[in-house]
Formats: sequence, structure tokens, C-alpha cells
Amino acid sequence: MHTIAASDRSLLLIFDDRISLAAHGDVLRLTPLLQSVRGVTNVHPAYASILIDFDPLAIRHSGVERAAAELFAQAAGAPLPEPRTVEIPVVYGGEYGPDLETVAALTGHTPDEVVAIHSSADYLVYFLGFSPGFPYLGGLPESIAAPRLDTPRRRVPAGSVAIGGRQTGVYPMASPGGWRIIGRTSLRLFDPGADSPALLQMGDHVRFVPAAKGAI
Amino acid sequence: MNHIRVISPGLATTVQDLGRPGYAHLGISASGAADALSLRAGNLLVGNPEGAAALEMTLAGGAFEFESHAIVALTGADFDASIPMWTAAWVKPGEQVRCGHARSGARCYLCVNGGIEVPLVLGSASTHLLTGLGGFEGRALKRGDVLAVGRGGSGAKAPAQRAPRLKPAPQSDTIHVTSPANAYSLCGAPWEVREDSDRMGLRLRGPTLDRHSGHMLTEGVPLGAVQVPPDGQPIILFVEHQTTGGYPKIANVISADFHAVGQLRPRDQVRFEQISIDVALTLLQAQEDWLHSLA
Repeated sequence: MHTIAASDRSLLLIFDDRISLAAHGDVLRLTPLLQSVRGVTNVHPAYASILIDFDPLAIRHSGVERAAAELFAQAAGAPLPEPRTVEIPVVYGGEYGPDLETVAALTGHTPDEVVAIHSSADYLVYFLGFSPGFPYLGGLPESIAAPRLDTPRRRVPAGSVAIGGRQTGVYPMASPGGWRIIGRTSLRLFDPGADSPALLQMGDHVRFVPAAKGAI
Repeated sequence: MNHIRVISPGLATTVQDLGRPGYAHLGISASGAADALSLRAGNLLVGNPEGAAALEMTLAGGAFEFESHAIVALTGADFDASIPMWTAAWVKPGEQVRCGHARSGARCYLCVNGGIEVPLVLGSASTHLLTGLGGFEGRALKRGDVLAVGRGGSGAKAPAQRAPRLKPAPQSDTIHVTSPANAYSLCGAPWEVREDSDRMGLRLRGPTLDRHSGHMLTEGVPLGAVQVPPDGQPIILFVEHQTTGGYPKIANVISADFHAVGQLRPRDQVRFEQISIDVALTLLQAQEDWLHSLA
């Protein structure tokens, strides 16, 4: 682990320079521990790093760095909790997945094959980031990786399931977006009124399950 | 309970407090007042806790009618208002506080003793406009909206005949940054604030910066990060920023200058100056001392 002072009120912990399960394990173990350090205000997990925001009037970089190093040593190798598997029902294609046919054409498959490949893989939630409840998923089969749109859509409906390059994801809320939309789920990925506002947590496993059109 | 009726909403008036930290791991940035220093000062002037919810106006202010007596204060940029700024003032039942256009700066805060009452979302009253989270129905105010005012804090003092008037926080066209490397290319030139800037980010126009080449793994982004997207034109990530991102970041605005970023408006010229983190924190402490000399 090494650290960078990202700003006068934040410290970046870096575990690796690439995506790896080992780094993901470090991020998973350390994130909740860091949240209870006095003076820490926000913790941003990512693929192989954690950004820690803190109140610089309460604690300085050196103090945060010391606390992080202690927690890192403490948590090293600790067993990870048994991951949950969350099934996400998806209506693929048609009005809910306007780009399914293009993705099929771009990747040399039929639309049904794209659906079969997309829904047979096991995905890992590396972390939530970017916007509320948005999961960064690993595990998209390369055979259905498709380039992003040249011009992002101004509005992608909430629940849209999409492919962008070698990533796949679900838009928790309506937003602009440049990924290719292949389907939609009726599950709410983000509900600010719920006890646990985000449906998915980092470390979860995700499976997409094809659903009939009436499911939305 | 007192109420405020929105007679005219202004350009983009929202309910803001000091934000909702603690949820970045769910992808939620803290949001909160763009010029938190002015919000805090205004709350202290009316006897509120410094993080009470208030109205944030942007570029063009609104008109707000009070149902009952209230103690209010306007802070931030000069919006040519009907009441004096940077001091506590009484408003009478039926009286309107009217604000015009920003003479300079971008944001003005209307603080009311008791604070604006809206349902808290994840512990905060602040509006996150981009995601429609929090504040008054998750949106900017509209004509006819009626806002509830909370019960007054015990610290409220009726403004004396000559209430103390604060010297506004100084405005500056120089923004200080820290940088893990050298932000020379950023500091060497003047930048213009682009029209498509908002609470999520201030987009700047100027010389094209070199993109640091190489693979950049998505990582957490702090408030005030200066990131460089592929077009080489930097963006200051602001209060509604994304929690993680993959663009290179060359510098970060210091905490003591966040309020100045919140007062930047389209077509403003801005310069950057690099300082050390130690100096940045000394400036922050001085700012806190100034603020607490008000209480």
C-alpha cells in the first residue's frame, strides 16, 4: 500500500495499479474500518484504491495515514464475508433494449446469443461509484464487449442495463449515458428512503436473469 | 410555524446546508452549499447552528414572502437585494425579501432564524440537483412553492437598531491549489469559466493541457479536484461531483478557496497559484478564526 495526498483534506490509499481480486479484497476489508476513524468524513472505494476525505481541522494527513496503516495491518488476510448473489431480472431488447441488435451486429452474434452470454456470466460488484448506487461490475464476457456510443444519449431511463466497452452496468437513475442499452430491470438500485439506499454492495455477485416483458 | 412563499424563484434557487458526507461508498457526493462559508456566516448572524438549511440563489435571485415575523440574513454575492447584506434583519408579516441579479459573484444565501425545514434525506437537507435528491422535492424552487421555517434557535437575538455588519469574505480571482506533482501548466495561464459550468463542475477554457498519457484506473475524486478530460480543458469538480472518475487530476483547490469557486460565474477570468498543503491549512485555520469571531 502506498499513499498520495490527493488534496489538503484527502488521502488516497493505493493497493495496486491494476484491477485484481487481491486489491479488491483490501478495499473490501478496509472501507468499513476507515469509516469509523475520527475525523474521517467520507470514504470512496474504487477498483484498487480508497480515497479518504477528512476534516483537516480535526486530523491531518499523517494521522489518517497512521490509522490506515494500523487498520491495514490488522485487517490483512482477514476472511471476507461470504458474498451475496443478487439476481437482477432483465427484459432484454425491444423498447427496453434499443441497442441489443446493434450490439449483436457489432459482436457477430444474434440478439438471442447476446442475451444468453450476458445472462450466463457471474459478475462481481467491485465498488459503487460515479453516481448514487451505480455498480462497477467485473466479469463481462469479452465476446459481447461493444464500444460506447459516439454521442451519449441525453437521457437513459432508470434501470437500463447496458454495455460500454468491456464493462456492463445498470443505471440506477435516469441520467445521460454513453453505454449501449440492451435491456431494463424494474428493480430499484437506489432508493434514498430505504434503510440501505443502494440495492447492491461492493463484493456482491450479480446475475442477470432474462424476464418476460410483463416483468416491468 | 412560519412559512415562506416563493413569489419568484430566481434562476436556480435550492435548499442547501453543509451537505451529506458519509455516503461516497454508495456513489453519493456530499453536495451542500457551493459557498459554505457564506452559508455558515449567515446562519451565525441569525442565531442558527452554522449548518442550518438556507436558500442558495444562483446568478439571479428571487422574491420570498414571509407569513410571520422572522430574523433573516443575506450573505454571499451582492444580489442588489431589498434588505442590507451581511447583517441580521427583521422582516414583518407579509413582507417580501427581493433579490435582483448578481452584481458580482454567483451565489447569495438567504438564512432564516430556525432554518428552512425540509425532510432530511440521508441526514441532510441539501439538494443534489443532478440526481433529484434532498432539498425541496429534489429540485430548484418554483413560483408558488411554500417553505416551512423551523423553530427558532435559542441563540436568536433580535437585531438591534444598529446590528453589526460583517465585512464580506474577500473575493479573489486567484484560486489556490495543491498538487502532488507540479501544476505549472495550470498555473501559467488565465482561464475563462465556461457557460456550461454548474454545481457538478466548473468547466474552464484556455490553452490545451497535455493529457497525461497512460492507463488511468478509476479512483475516488475529492471535492475541488482539477481533472483533465481528453480535450485538454480542465474541470474543477464541485459540490455535486461524481464520487469516482478515471480522468487524470493535476491539482486540487484548497479548502480555504472552495467558497471562491462557489462564487465563480460564466466568463469570469481565473488564475491558479500552487501552494503547499501546510500553507493551505494555515489559510483554512485563519478562515475558521474569522468565521468564529462572528459567533
